[in-house]
Amino acid sequence: MTIAPLTFLVPIFAACVVVLTAPLDRRWPALAGALGGVTAATVLCAVLLGQVGGGLEVLWLGGWSPQPGMSIGIALAVDPFGAGLALFTAALAIPATLLGGWLLTGTPHQVSAIFVLFVAAMIAFCLSGDLFTLFVFFELMSVCAYVLVGYRVRERAPLEGALTFAITNSVGAIVLLFGIGLLYGETGQLNLAVLGRTLADTGANTTVVVAFALIAVGFLVKAAAVPFHLWLDDAYAVAPTPVCILLAGVFSELGLYGLARVWWTVFEPALGDHAPQLRAILVALGLATALTGAALALAQHHLQRMLANVTIAHVGIGLVAVGMLDVDGLAGAAIFLVGDGLVKAALFTCVGVLQHRYDIADVRALHGRGRDLRPVAVVYGVAALAVCGLPPFGSFTGRALIEDAALKQPGYAWVPALLALTSALAGAALLRAGARVFAGWGERAPVDPLGEADEDEDVQVADDWALRPWMWGTGAVLVAASLAWGLLPGLVGATARAAAAFTDASGYAAAVLDGRAVSALPPPVHGPGATAFLYAAGSVGLALAVAAYGLRAGALPSAARPIVDRVRALHSGHPGDYVAWGALGTTVLTALFALTLT
Amino acid sequence: MTAVTYGVAAWLLVIGIYGVVTSRHLVHLVVCLGVAQASTYVLLLGVGYRVGATAPIYSTTVHPGDPVVDPVVQALTLTDVVVQATVTAVLLALTIQAHKRFGTADPDELAALRG
Repeated sequence: MTIAPLTFLVPIFAACVVVLTAPLDRRWPALAGALGGVTAATVLCAVLLGQVGGGLEVLWLGGWSPQPGMSIGIALAVDPFGAGLALFTAALAIPATLLGGWLLTGTPHQVSAIFVLFVAAMIAFCLSGDLFTLFVFFELMSVCAYVLVGYRVRERAPLEGALTFAITNSVGAIVLLFGIGLLYGETGQLNLAVLGRTLADTGANTTVVVAFALIAVGFLVKAAAVPFHLWLDDAYAVAPTPVCILLAGVFSELGLYGLARVWWTVFEPALGDHAPQLRAILVALGLATALTGAALALAQHHLQRMLANVTIAHVGIGLVAVGMLDVDGLAGAAIFLVGDGLVKAALFTCVGVLQHRYDIADVRALHGRGRDLRPVAVVYGVAALAVCGLPPFGSFTGRALIEDAALKQPGYAWVPALLALTSALAGAALLRAGARVFAGWGERAPVDPLGEADEDEDVQVADDWALRPWMWGTGAVLVAASLAWGLLPGLVGATARAAAAFTDASGYAAAVLDGRAVSALPPPVHGPGATAFLYAAGSVGLALAVAAYGLRAGALPSAARPIVDRVRALHSGHPGDYVAWGALGTTVLTALFALTLT
Repeated sequence: MTAVTYGVAAWLLVIGIYGVVTSRHLVHLVVCLGVAQASTYVLLLGVGYRVGATAPIYSTTVHPGDPVVDPVVQALTLTDVVVQATVTAVLLALTIQAHKRFGTADPDELAALRG
């Protein structure tokens, strides 16, 4: 008997208890309930990961196991990858909940309950074994996220951010469900394993390919790939710090996980012959996302929006990694995204300190204001260097594997250089902003006509309690965790084995449907080699150089300014515009899929 | 029959998204989102429909083996309706806040976030 359902049922129960404590009118029962819920979920996920081992835990809810010829039951299918991601989600939720207990004091019961529900939905999403459960938990986590982003609903920016976020992502979910409906119409199945087998037998026609395209779009909207990325800036820039930790840490990555999951369990058996074409599309999309995000981060002088753009850049790297469609790339993506998620969470806490102290997040206004915040500056600086890909942080190890995957594919040898460039530019944006805020170096950031209404008034200390160690201390713990993740012995081998099982569609189907143990061959992977250190040195060096150069006034070449302004102007804050871009992207992507994958 | 269902579903999706893109009022926008969502109801119910079949409730008049429509898609549609209701509620709550605080429900006039 597997404990898989408890990993999300316990936090859901905790959320209910938290709501019930509302009449007590005290903060601590809400915090205790929420903290208990996520801690229990973390422990349960860890136990589940141990139970799964290298195999696959399957549970047909209600005992509706598949009969020959039909399967109408709902399955949880837990592989090491899904269980690991669930564990990461739950573990990251602990510091986020603690910070939430301090920072989100307005309506502690509702917020704590939704927060825990959000975590539970993300965990359940990682463990789902069929398309519809995947969709339901996808929607549940999205709705919770809309509410959490709009926590400070009385202010203009959070209200607008939540609206934009909710509208664009709802359209994405509709497209996803439309794809699921088309697929069901073709196959009459929803279980991932059964779908994979059915499609392997019947082959894929154009409708199936269109369904795949729509499902992919649904997940790419969540992951915020270009041109579906416009909502992310608005949502992440206005969310409270504890929510940002989870959003930037795991929420975006779950879109990539969903895409990888449906490709390898459902479509790979039928469309595997067209993998080279799909690889070209996904890698191109990933690189476009990565470079756009990095360029936007450099052009941005609002700290939280800059971090949001770094998130876009790194989702792009993750998409390139997944798009390599092989074991190395997937293992690299997993290691990279976990290591990087921890670092980004730490950066959000550092920015949170500034924001709570001065009630503003604009680099120009904050110039030199962080001089006395030594510990915060140290955490921020180390985290920014980790973003550049400094060894031995987890993001470095992950990027090394992604580079290996790219170098192994004929014709993709140029990709690692662009990935290094992305990390360098994203890191440079962070380092430059850090140097300005925490050291007061260089020229003040230019007045940004597109940014916050910035008047050169005196910035006042709004609140000094954010300086207490629990806030930057959380950041320090997160950075340390990312370092520990990179140094974890046996990490590369274990992740590669998990990735091998993940990419083995027939093994997955056999384990889910026939109860046979999967035994995917462990692939020959190795830790970071000399080239990885070379690329890392290159991106750290380039980041420092770009950051130093960027501290001068008018560093942006005048030829580039109109282009950057035009790309930034796409972030109009109008949900209709974002949906229009999304519709264009959906059309192009569906056409590309239909033309190349049939 | 099937072609008509797919056609109607695709039309609802496209017209709904068109409405979301061009909307000048948040309530109108939320309704358009509902139209787009309705495309999935039509699609799901359409793919599960069988001509001449009855509701999938076995009783003295309907026996196992009789032609019935697909119950799975009906369950999916119900779940989908619940999801959509939740999203609509959240969006309308935000709209009310926008109107109460800032006196506008036009997404163009909110415009606090740019670049």
